[in-house]
Amino acid sequence: MAKYIAKRSALAVATLIAIILLLFLLLELMPGSPFNIDKVPFDTRAMIMEHYGLDRPVMERFAKYLANMLKGDFGISYSLSKKTPITALLAIRLPVSIRLGVQAVLLGTIFGLALGMAAAIWHGKAMDTIATVVSVLGVSLPSYVFALTLSYFAGFRFQLAPMLYQASSPIYSSVLPTISLSMFTIATVARFTRTELLEILGSDYMLFAESKGISGAALFFRHALRNALIPIITVLAPLIVALMTGSLVVERIFSIPGIGSLLVSAIQANDYNVIIALSFIYSAMYIFIMLVLDILYGIIDPRIRITKEGE
Amino acid sequence: MQAEFKENDFELSGKDILADHADFASEPIWKDILYRFYKRKINIVCLSVILFVIFMAIVGPYLSGRTYEAQIIEHQNLAPRVQGLEKLGIFDGSEKIHYSNGTSAKVNKYRARDDLSNVYYWFGTDVLGRDIFTRVWMGARISLYIAFVAVIIDIAFGLTYGLVSGFVGGAIDSVMQRTVEIINGIPNLIIVTLLIIALKPGLFTITLALMLTGWIGMSRIARAQALRIKEMEYLLASRSLGARAVRLIFVEILPNTIGQIITNMMFSIPNAIFTEAFLAFIGLGVPLPMASLGSLIADAFKSLTTHPYMISFPVGVLVLLMLSFNILADGLRDAFDPTMKER
Amino acid sequence: MSDLILEVKGLKVSFATKAGSVNAIRGVDLELPRGKTLAIVGESGSGKSVTAKAIMGILSSNGAIDSGEILFTPKGEGTLSLEKLSKKQFRKTVNGTLISMVFQDPMTSLDPTMSIGKQIIEGILAHQKVSRAEANRQAVELLRLVEIAEPEKRMKNYPHQLSGGMRQRVVIAIAISNSPQLLICDEPTTALDVTIQAKILDIIRSIQESMGISTIYITHDLGVVANVADFVAVMYAGKIVEKGTADEVFYDPRHPYTWGLLSAMPSIDVKEEELYTIPGSPPSLIGEVIGDAFAPRNAYSLNIDSRIEPPMFKVSQTHSAATWLLHESAPKIGPPKALAERLEIMRRRNG
Repeated sequence: MAKYIAKRSALAVATLIAIILLLFLLLELMPGSPFNIDKVPFDTRAMIMEHYGLDRPVMERFAKYLANMLKGDFGISYSLSKKTPITALLAIRLPVSIRLGVQAVLLGTIFGLALGMAAAIWHGKAMDTIATVVSVLGVSLPSYVFALTLSYFAGFRFQLAPMLYQASSPIYSSVLPTISLSMFTIATVARFTRTELLEILGSDYMLFAESKGISGAALFFRHALRNALIPIITVLAPLIVALMTGSLVVERIFSIPGIGSLLVSAIQANDYNVIIALSFIYSAMYIFIMLVLDILYGIIDPRIRITKEGE
Repeated sequence: MQAEFKENDFELSGKDILADHADFASEPIWKDILYRFYKRKINIVCLSVILFVIFMAIVGPYLSGRTYEAQIIEHQNLAPRVQGLEKLGIFDGSEKIHYSNGTSAKVNKYRARDDLSNVYYWFGTDVLGRDIFTRVWMGARISLYIAFVAVIIDIAFGLTYGLVSGFVGGAIDSVMQRTVEIINGIPNLIIVTLLIIALKPGLFTITLALMLTGWIGMSRIARAQALRIKEMEYLLASRSLGARAVRLIFVEILPNTIGQIITNMMFSIPNAIFTEAFLAFIGLGVPLPMASLGSLIADAFKSLTTHPYMISFPVGVLVLLMLSFNILADGLRDAFDPTMKER
Repeated sequence: MSDLILEVKGLKVSFATKAGSVNAIRGVDLELPRGKTLAIVGESGSGKSVTAKAIMGILSSNGAIDSGEILFTPKGEGTLSLEKLSKKQFRKTVNGTLISMVFQDPMTSLDPTMSIGKQIIEGILAHQKVSRAEANRQAVELLRLVEIAEPEKRMKNYPHQLSGGMRQRVVIAIAISNSPQLLICDEPTTALDVTIQAKILDIIRSIQESMGISTIYITHDLGVVANVADFVAVMYAGKIVEKGTADEVFYDPRHPYTWGLLSAMPSIDVKEEELYTIPGSPPSLIGEVIGDAFAPRNAYSLNIDSRIEPPMFKVSQTHSAATWLLHESAPKIGPPKALAERLEIMRRRNG
């Protein structure tokens, strides 16, 4: 197990360094980046080069850059919010995005599980059809289709919930974005739970458990659901990706001051420092979550947890 | 029950029992797959929708007689109006304006102005007075081009990469697989975003972005299949199972391999279309005045509350494409491998 | 033959499928005297496993008993009509405590996410009012009974840590944990290595004898039958085609299908390449079967087979077979020559 964790961690660190290298190279080569200064007069250039340490060898600059990134020092925003340290922007916006993401995952998992379980229990009945339709819609359609639909109908026309985010009521005004973001999670979890449960309900060990006299809730929760939920961790990875991409558009549609809308604004304003900082944050979060999921999977599933013995 | 016996009842029937079983030979596998595919009606519906969108993407932009970029300022914000249908009270050029205080009013700009009495915009016009009908089908063109690119990438990169990695094996396989793991460790969103910032936004850049990220899934499947085939070859060589094993490879393994590859290809199409639409929405799409479904949606989003019809058409076509490709891919997977079917 | 622990009368089971109703069991009669062993033999798809599942009350949700009775008489108690019990009653009063089952594949019949100790204790606690500690003690004892070394240590193991043979022992331990009176073994050794098969059969037999359990073996392997069974019932296409004592069915088979099965049985007298296989495959059981279901594969089929299903013809008090060949007007046809010779050799060897 320790070896397994060490191996996964090493790969995660390698990936993170690869990303920083990528960002560094991009910064060096990017047209219009503050360091790409072909148009600047020669002596000014030399001055700037010296000031930013650009006359140092590439490796040294990369080492410094790496250290800064890992320290969380991303420099300042150029055009979006002038002269503000990016760290300050993040301190306000990151919690908003994380809260929205957590809300969506919670809502999606609870509803998805319930829907998938209902579909498996009433297999072939109306409930099953509903679950199938919801899964197909949720998996196929990008979250902004839901966001736009909800924003227009539920937010604007029928005024069921706020159409725009208000910092004064962070939960109530994030109802619609949370639903939009969670649709993919609901669909994926429901589809997965249903398929797994159906397979398990027909499995030999369920029959054997029944044949020793186990029935009802004990049978369903102790044997069926437990086995169904272990591999659900494998579908969480695409969910995280979908949440991250989804947050960009959903935050924009509902004017949520998170890092998703910040990234979109930065892209539109060509604020390179912010883009790079957010790329790093997104990648680091992604890599970290993947690492945690991998390790979690190893802990939960006894087949990975314990290496084979006694054969 | 054993009332009457016939005279010859207790004679041996004396038939050649083996001859009777000649028809036990299985149906050709492709027939089975096609049969299973056609049996699911929704597959046919989705296929028809896709063919319809392809058809409209080809001829649609020429139907209204207006170009996608022509701006007629006097014609801005006109609601959809279709000849014939307007008599039924729908698509008659009127739209309901909803105010934030809950009241609404019905407006028909075509009737209000004399110069518009004979003007028809089937899907309406946008804020610059451009024909949304033409722009939507131009946008569908972009989406279908992206779909085509996704398929090419799957074959050219994913399939090749996976097959080479699987068949060559050894150290090369290890290096190739670690590379995939690292690339896979970076969110696609970031790769694509950075790439497009580094280069100029446009169709070429989006294509390049898809090339960098779109092939991973396919390469994994191709590699797994390559390993399976390799194992079968090994079986063949070592045990000389003869005709039976050859049959196994051709009847079971190969159709399964091809099935998985085609299915995966089908799934990568909606993913690619989504990626483009997403990028366009956050402002990294094709440059103006070109239109893609994503950029049309992003554009019309600004008029969501005032002129909702503007956004409904590109969203509708995008939804149709995404749903159809996804359901079709599902159907293909089930047709190729009925055991994989989600019951 | 008066003290029957199990009697099945006219059992019919069908499954609703998309292709139509599958009549998996088309009228089965069986009887098992207390303390004896019955083997149900047949190819896959003959309905032997479905029969076992019907007796266990674990038919899949699309399956149903259409008609017939399953009468079970526990020691010193009144007769139960199992087919009338609800699922809940079945689990509470029958499964595990009166009737237990050992499944074919030990690799899949244990819950992969639960330690084997917990799985044994779970079964004990489902039927006995004992403390967890007592259940634990019993579980260790059971593992010892099925000859698992270091049972205390094994309790904490998960199924994937055990070999196939070990897992089957655990399955047997769970099956007997509440001293059932009838044990159904569904191909208990098919999925195991040849070397382990005999050991597992040995364990089952010694437990059966020491605890006085009646047993039903479901198998396609006549080798297993010869060693363990008192009675044999041969199933084909959802019906019993021949039944009798093991000796009768083995040495004096009357049904052409039984001839085929015996001819297909490997033996030291026949080289494997020359081994006989019955041509064709069992018929589809969707809809009605007209005439003798085996006729299309039968080299000795009569003209009547295509019209009327043969009834059971009595050969002796205990032996009967469903083939028109036993009708008085039928031509006198015996087993094929090669088989007749083999049977003769076997009869002489076994005295």
